[in-house]
Amino acid sequence: MRLCHVDEVPDGGARGFDPHGAGQATVFVVRQGEAMRAWRDACPHHGTPLPWRTDAYLNADSTRIVCAAHGALFDPLTGICTLGPCLGDALTPVAIEVHPDGGLHLVTATITKETTP
Amino acid sequence: MNILGPDALVFGVDDLSACRQYLADYGLRDAGDNRFEALDGTAVVIRAKDDATLPPDLGTASMLRETVYGVADVQTLDAIEAELRRDREVSRADGVVRAYDDMGFALAFQVSVRRPLDLPAEAVNAPGAALQRALNTVAVDDALPALPRSLSHVVYFVPDAAKAEAFYTRLGFVCTDRFTGVGPFLRPAGTQDHHTLFMIQTPPFMKGCEHFTFHMGGPTEVMLAGTRFVNKGYQSFWGPGRHRFGSNWFWYFNSPLGCHVEYDADMDLHDDAWAAREAAMSADASQLFLFQHREKWAPSGPPPPDKPAH
Repeated sequence: MRLCHVDEVPDGGARGFDPHGAGQATVFVVRQGEAMRAWRDACPHHGTPLPWRTDAYLNADSTRIVCAAHGALFDPLTGICTLGPCLGDALTPVAIEVHPDGGLHLVTATITKETTP
Repeated sequence: MNILGPDALVFGVDDLSACRQYLADYGLRDAGDNRFEALDGTAVVIRAKDDATLPPDLGTASMLRETVYGVADVQTLDAIEAELRRDREVSRADGVVRAYDDMGFALAFQVSVRRPLDLPAEAVNAPGAALQRALNTVAVDDALPALPRSLSHVVYFVPDAAKAEAFYTRLGFVCTDRFTGVGPFLRPAGTQDHHTLFMIQTPPFMKGCEHFTFHMGGPTEVMLAGTRFVNKGYQSFWGPGRHRFGSNWFWYFNSPLGCHVEYDADMDLHDDAWAAREAAMSADASQLFLFQHREKWAPSGPPPPDKPAH
């Protein structure tokens, strides 16, 4: 399933997607240089969405993913929580691939419909 | 001791501009110097996390740096200072008494800055009840400001809820209700609000602020302010719904302040005749009902034009 063109996720930025029509983002993609990662938009603490506003997944200097529920910090490339209620736990990875035309795709429908509990 | 409740919460944040935008969109007034006020002058104050004038952080992800309590008068300040000096360091300068509670949260006490409000509550009519909303007065008004009126309460994650409660009891807080093994809802002597402080027992690495909330004019204002907030792109966390303990309507949002931010309304009021209840914490015990925002939709008579009837 195509999410967007890779250029639509800016370097040092993040973007949420709702590939299954859940009504809000259930997966998000972060980009650091050429490295891109996709994670389920669900904090390991309560399973609730991370951002405080649409696409607001990162801290001010874009070095950490932030859960805006309780301020938990995650490494953007490993998904490991470095501070916060889910310390030592990790985000759930979602497989993505870039097609020759630059399209960013979910490899398979690896996530199920997500809503807040 | 005549403590009214929180006058202000001070945060040391990672992203000042994001927090400024967030608090303004939430409905607080930018009063200058990164102070964002409700209608009665109670406030959230934001500073850069490395601001040297702030008390130290809690060593966790929490960004809360100080809870500022408003008290009725100088005599109350004197009494708080005397009580706290019995077993800890206390400073007093420019009318502000400062100390740390037994969990390490920085506290300040001042003669309250709250301004008296003269605003009606949401008025409801029902068969058999005396008229609340006058004839020919419509309830629904798109122009309703739905602005936060007053800083209601703050909720802490604490590693030892019993010890934390004992400290606030010394300052005249009383338990109004309790979740067994979780923590107490506490009401200081200067307010009838069900709680201005609730504490939740957690591992030490979670210590900090879980959420804070401002009182709104009624449930419609909670729904309206929350809907406007969602429509601006902000992330709902929990609600809208209505709590059991305190009976307050609620709607919680994620925030860039490292905690949730809530709209609440119509909290129960109590005096010393109230006997605290106790319940095991559960989803059912926490709320009478829970809803979730969805995009506006409406049924109409005929089938939609793109979906002809068979």
